[in-house]
Amino acid sequence: MKIPYYPGCTLHERAKDFDTSARECARALGIELEELPIWTCCGAVFPLVTDSVMEILAPVRNLSYASRIGDKVVTLCSFCYHVLKRANHVMREDPEKREKANLFLRADTKAREAVESYTIEDYVGQVDVVHYIEMLRDVVGFDALGQKVKNPLKGLKVAPYYGCMLLRPKAEMKFDDPEQPTIFEDFLGSIGCDVVDFPMKTECCGGFQIVNDEELAVACSQNVVTSALKRGADVIVTTCPLCRYNLDKKQEEMAERVRGFRKIPVIYFTQLLGIALGLPEKHLDFSGNYVDPRPVLAEKVSL
Amino acid sequence: MRLKLSGELIKGETIGRVESLSGQDLGACYQCGKCSAGCPVVEEMDIVPSEAIRYLQLGQPDIVLNSKTIWICASCLQCASRCPKGVEFSSICDALRAIVLRKRVSTPKVDADELSRLMVSDAPQMGVVGALRKLNG
Amino acid sequence: MEHRIGVFVCHCGSNIAGVVDVKRVAQELAKYPGVAYSTDYTYMCSDPGQNLVKDAIKKHRLTGVIVSACSPTLHEATFRRAGRSAGLNPYQVEMANIREHCSWVHQHDKEQATRKAIRIIKTMVEKVKLDEALAPIAVPLTKRALVVGGGVAGIQAALDIANAGYEVVLVEKSPSIGGHMAQLSETFPTLDCSQCILTPKMVEAGQHPRIRLMTYSEIEDVSGYVGNFKVKIRKKSAYVNRDVCTGCGLCTQKCPAKVESEFDEGLAKRKAIYTPFAQAVPNKPVLDAEHCTYFKTGKCGVCKKICPVDAVDYEMKDEVVEEEVGAIVVATGFDLYPMAKMGEYGGGKYKDVVTSLQFERILSASGPTTGEVQRPSDGKVPKEVVFLTCVGSRDPEGHVPYCSKVCCMYLTKHAMLYKHKVHDGQAYLFYMDVRTGGKGYEEFYQRASEEDDVLYIRGKVSKIFEEDGKVVVWGVDTLTGKKIEIEADMAVMGLAMVPSGAARELANKLKIHTDEWGFLSEAHPKLRPVESLAPGFFLAGAAQGPKDIPEAVAQASGAASKVAALFSEEVYHREPAIAWIDEDRCAGCRICVSVCPYDAAVFDEDKKVARIQEAICEGCGACIAACPSGTATQKNLTDDQIYNMVSAALEE
Repeated sequence: MKIPYYPGCTLHERAKDFDTSARECARALGIELEELPIWTCCGAVFPLVTDSVMEILAPVRNLSYASRIGDKVVTLCSFCYHVLKRANHVMREDPEKREKANLFLRADTKAREAVESYTIEDYVGQVDVVHYIEMLRDVVGFDALGQKVKNPLKGLKVAPYYGCMLLRPKAEMKFDDPEQPTIFEDFLGSIGCDVVDFPMKTECCGGFQIVNDEELAVACSQNVVTSALKRGADVIVTTCPLCRYNLDKKQEEMAERVRGFRKIPVIYFTQLLGIALGLPEKHLDFSGNYVDPRPVLAEKVSL
Repeated sequence: MRLKLSGELIKGETIGRVESLSGQDLGACYQCGKCSAGCPVVEEMDIVPSEAIRYLQLGQPDIVLNSKTIWICASCLQCASRCPKGVEFSSICDALRAIVLRKRVSTPKVDADELSRLMVSDAPQMGVVGALRKLNG
Repeated sequence: MEHRIGVFVCHCGSNIAGVVDVKRVAQELAKYPGVAYSTDYTYMCSDPGQNLVKDAIKKHRLTGVIVSACSPTLHEATFRRAGRSAGLNPYQVEMANIREHCSWVHQHDKEQATRKAIRIIKTMVEKVKLDEALAPIAVPLTKRALVVGGGVAGIQAALDIANAGYEVVLVEKSPSIGGHMAQLSETFPTLDCSQCILTPKMVEAGQHPRIRLMTYSEIEDVSGYVGNFKVKIRKKSAYVNRDVCTGCGLCTQKCPAKVESEFDEGLAKRKAIYTPFAQAVPNKPVLDAEHCTYFKTGKCGVCKKICPVDAVDYEMKDEVVEEEVGAIVVATGFDLYPMAKMGEYGGGKYKDVVTSLQFERILSASGPTTGEVQRPSDGKVPKEVVFLTCVGSRDPEGHVPYCSKVCCMYLTKHAMLYKHKVHDGQAYLFYMDVRTGGKGYEEFYQRASEEDDVLYIRGKVSKIFEEDGKVVVWGVDTLTGKKIEIEADMAVMGLAMVPSGAARELANKLKIHTDEWGFLSEAHPKLRPVESLAPGFFLAGAAQGPKDIPEAVAQASGAASKVAALFSEEVYHREPAIAWIDEDRCAGCRICVSVCPYDAAVFDEDKKVARIQEAICEGCGACIAACPSGTATQKNLTDDQIYNMVSAALEE
């Protein structure tokens, strides 16, 4: 089966490992992630001021492109998911902004140049934004997923890091309970991991502040990483390239701040899924990891 | 320092702008402080979130507009998620930044020269885009 | 017949006269056909005002009276009484509302207001012309009361009604009366031992000759109407013959099963055959079949073997009894807001983050730790304890919007009692506002911070989690503007008060109103706080809203006095302006029967016509509107009356 897929700018390039592992896992599960024929960066952040229409044009346009090939669009990056879903909500609920945004969409000539038989159509929220893990839960089913596991991960202690953008605001994201979420735990349990619950799993990693005030963001990430370490995790999984960067690469800084700091690998949940499904290492692509996950993976499970 | 209050200050133009830009009712905040208690970056702020709202309630926007606080917010939305009155401090922060940035007089928060260094390093581009949009406007 | 209507136009001080030209109105009405006397006066509801009506009735041989003044909800009864004392049928005295419906809403247009007032009065004159002389409907009264709920409010109401000389049936769903008050350690502000002050009342209720106690029982069905309720009560099978049982306790001792104790809020275990606490009334055990080894597997049976008087009977069945009562007091109490909904504080997964009722059991000398403050996780004595107010309360965004009234006080009490037991401990109390509205309450709060060194921190806690055996609390002190972190040993949650679980279902069965949160609705928030709008139902205790023990007791006594007032007459009088069906014209279609919300309209199988049971009909008018032939009519609000009123209202 084919599902429209929006990778987002970072997965396209800096987080190619996330994109690769996700596509290969989907393929192994009988799903082809059909990349949108044309797309741009979603803008990375959702504007919180009330007079924004320009600021949501990028995600709206991407949704509009998605509507050409289906009624759903799957994404992986937490920020993309957040921005697309919230922009979608505006298009569904705010008639004034919907009309203004469509004025711009109607004038979009680039799309017409890029995609054959592209027609002008208003976007009114006809696409559902789905996160890859929701697709695993609802299209594949966690039980069915469990059946497909070739490489049980029993003995590997995995800490699921949710971060912020998937869960909040609860009313719009409708992803899981923002305080005690369980979807990642359910997923990890279904592929045989030992799930590690840690109190900082829904606390911010510092996000984009890593660019403005590095020390501030490192402190946030350190809080998250040390919490997972304290609970005995072997590896942290995430679904956001920015979170992965802050939690993984910045362990270099954390090691300088904290004496005896034990580094812990931070991988994408799709890479873990790939291991469980028995995919070859080249499809998992650990080249982007600062803290190499291979030693602990080799020790606990067969890579 | 004495704060002299008046209806004029409390219902001042900037205060009104903050409310309309953020879409938040400042009067709904009953100063419980849960936002400050849960903010991941509160320790670096000069004015904590609940205090910032308090200054706005008292008609003193400049103190907040000139603070470090609004540039540190990571838009994690924890404050908005936990507020018992549904006040979204994260939106108020965006609005305060917007008021400053739309005046186009201050220097950008994210330095352009720094930017090229970040671009060639391994920072994910979403972080750069996000920071530029939130902090440079 | 000659109409001789009297019109009395009230000034109501300047409320009416300030807008409406009352003299002109009285003059206009004097000219109206059928009006024999028309005058105006400053305050019609005063004694001279009423005397004006009485004198005019006698002097001018009035056949009907219109008092044009405020809303009938205020003074209709007053003027009807006046009319009756002067020899006029009270149902031929009507009020025309020219205040709420006229002067108060048209203050800026005096001319129009005056003309409108004239119109309003004319319509009412047309109504009263056709008003029949009616008599209140007398229904017999069963002078027995039912009290639902055996907490402190239910017990008090039962005692007061019984002491007033009437029989009371007191129904309680758990095996013993006592409610939540029996679980408390001490009560604020006196720090009286809760059970010590409650058990005398419990025993009195258990032994009172006029109180029939039915514990381990629930209301199954209620039918009938005020003065004449038929109540079906399900007495759940205790599998113990309570007449024979001596309460020796051997069965409980020998029972092998272990079940989480409801009374100890899950902190301890009870047996399958058990009494909930030592001072239970009645002090006879019940057998919880769901958790009983014999009932689950067929093995065991120890309790039956060991019982010296052979009181255990596995064959016992539920018994449904029917009681006839005249009044029902609902006192079903409260529950705590579920901890599972407070995700930021762990949602109930942390053992050392306890609910307020759990902490009461920990403090209680009869509790799972015999009164020593211990952490549920490891039994250690906590040295740092954090108390949180407003957990769920005052939170319109996520939980409940209202204030639960008692948490500030009971958490202050908890902190004090903790300090009294653990002298070197540190107590922190996070608050938004400390609410101390009762007698001695403010002084109690100040004693906590002055004498017991409780640290009050103004701010809400954002997150609680466990780390290294500590309960980490992330809060804030808004007074200094600093985030606060406490690595506590234990945290106590001041959860919101919600109406007890079964209450909403019961309210549906009883057909009484509740608010959107499930609390029972009082007839008027200020002036009628102990009765429901549904006649015959009275409210007491936390079922009506969060409150403390003195208020619950006061309200219970108030409800009891209303019951006693109801029972003080020989018959109960109901308003006669109800529906009526002309049997000669009724075709027997039964549409009225199907629409009646009170089951007052019934089909007479012999006569093959519908009939209105006068004692039940509330005069809502549904059957009248639904009747296809217009056979169903309302007394003193017939179609003719309405047509005449409309004509008068539209007259140029």
